[in-house]
Amino acid sequence: MKQLSTAALLVCMLAIAACGGRKATTDDDSGTVVEPPTTSETTPIRPTPSQPELTAEQRRQMELQKLLATRTLYFDYDEFEIKPDYMDVLAAHASNLADDRSQRIVIEGHCDERGSREYNIGLGERRAQAVRRVLMLQGVSASQIQTISYGEERPAAPGHNEQAWARNRRAEIVYR
Amino acid sequence: MSQTARIFVFALLLCSAWSAPVRAELTVVIREGVTNAIPVAVVPFGWTGADATPFDFAEVVANDLARSGRFAPMDRADMVSRPTSAAAVDFSDWRLLGAEIVVIGTLKPVAAGGYAVDFQLFDAVRGSQMLAYTLPTDRQGFRATAHRISDLVYEALTGERGAFSTRIAYVSVDDGRYELIVADADGANQQVVVRSTEPLMSPSWSPDSTQLAYVAFSEYGSSVYVQELASGNRREISARPGVNGAPAWSPDGRRLALALSDNWGNVDVHITTLDSGETQRLTNHPAIDTEPAWSESGDEVYFTSDRAGGPQVYRVAASGGTPQRVTFEGNYNARPRLAPNQSKLAVVHNDRGRYRIALVDLRSGATQVLTEGRLDESPSFAPNGSMIIYATEDQGAGVLAAVSTDGRIHQRLVSQAGDVREPVWSPFLTP
Repeated sequence: MKQLSTAALLVCMLAIAACGGRKATTDDDSGTVVEPPTTSETTPIRPTPSQPELTAEQRRQMELQKLLATRTLYFDYDEFEIKPDYMDVLAAHASNLADDRSQRIVIEGHCDERGSREYNIGLGERRAQAVRRVLMLQGVSASQIQTISYGEERPAAPGHNEQAWARNRRAEIVYR
Repeated sequence: MSQTARIFVFALLLCSAWSAPVRAELTVVIREGVTNAIPVAVVPFGWTGADATPFDFAEVVANDLARSGRFAPMDRADMVSRPTSAAAVDFSDWRLLGAEIVVIGTLKPVAAGGYAVDFQLFDAVRGSQMLAYTLPTDRQGFRATAHRISDLVYEALTGERGAFSTRIAYVSVDDGRYELIVADADGANQQVVVRSTEPLMSPSWSPDSTQLAYVAFSEYGSSVYVQELASGNRREISARPGVNGAPAWSPDGRRLALALSDNWGNVDVHITTLDSGETQRLTNHPAIDTEPAWSESGDEVYFTSDRAGGPQVYRVAASGGTPQRVTFEGNYNARPRLAPNQSKLAVVHNDRGRYRIALVDLRSGATQVLTEGRLDESPSFAPNGSMIIYATEDQGAGVLAAVSTDGRIHQRLVSQAGDVREPVWSPFLTP
């Protein structure tokens, strides 16, 4: 028994490590952070539901709504590469936008405060464009998307430390 | 308290917060000067009119000289005499008091409501007169005339043109309200150029100091504007989808270098001719090419590019061509500004994880870090090349600071509220 719980703990730790050390905090104004992909070993055993079973379609809808609630994507320092964790989120937004061509979004690119301001405008634009590209590759029309880079001008977190910077290096999807 | 009363009080608080003065008044504080600052006595100026003197010229001149970090003005209370004419200056007394330089002056009313200021500069050690001037002025021009006197005194004593009669532009942000402000170089005479609830960025002076180019955001993104300071008239220069940024005025005042993006967000340096509105691409590279700065001749443009990985400074002919890299030391050198004598670049430099202002010698390539902050940015030279004004962070707030180009003199421009950032020193206001 002791051996078993140690193994379970190890699996949990591996799962945490697999999530790349990204902070599991949520952004006040931007919904939830993407959950790390779970491996089959760590799938919890669900308690028997007392309510009636949801249909597959209902479950799919719930999952989609959950993904669409994520509108902020975080980036590494001086990087504009989208982390693989966000691909499900972007796929959800892409199908949502492709389903209804009347929907319009603005993708805002933001940076942390370090370095020069206009260079950060360029970097923020790259982040916004990286998101735009993924959405367009998945069928969203260019006319539905506008990008605005705010560089370091509109921080989400006011601090001047690593924690604040991590929250400020972001792209935000804003539905209009 | 009833619910309604509570809402009323809250609304009242909201209103008062909104109408509170938002001006970020600046005060200059010398943090570190040269150890051998020259002791000067700026004697309170005489006044030949009736009633009290309408303006304290000596105070402004003494503050200017102190602010340069090279002079140590004597406290008025320590002066044993207050001469207003050359004959009344007792050099041995001033020498005993430790003053090496003495400035005296007199303000006189002249016909038609005008005034004239006589002032003289003496070398107390040699007992000789160095300067004697009469400057016409008027009530609105007292402060400007005082700065002019500081310029003349400074030039006579250092051999370098004074930059006290200049202005600075900067951005102030308080609680989501942005203001682009111009003020005298000592922080006085603030004037709000534009207010917005969206970001304002990147002010750039026209070579004749009568206009500012800047970036203003709206819900549609960024635009570059040019605004005339006297009238407040502004016109839109660029408002493409994507990035419209980093305006830099050409030395002849006819063109603006800009950072503009294409449909895929790639930022390159462009040049717009202001009269025709015609825009040409200057750089063409998938990297971020931004923050252009003109050489004095207008033949070359320096800019930031991350084409080699991290941001570095490059130089290209203003007519186009292949850019040459000019900074090599460290992994981050951005936002170049050329020293007035064209020998050095001021840049934002990553110094072991700290962003600081550095000077790069264009001939040797040597990099000299001038500042000691963690988040220093936006360097801008005084037009005489003596100081660099820049933005830094102090206890979580954005503040302005200045450092002499030899790194010995450090000033802080203290603001009362909010963040101040992106200071830009004007050119000389007179030819």
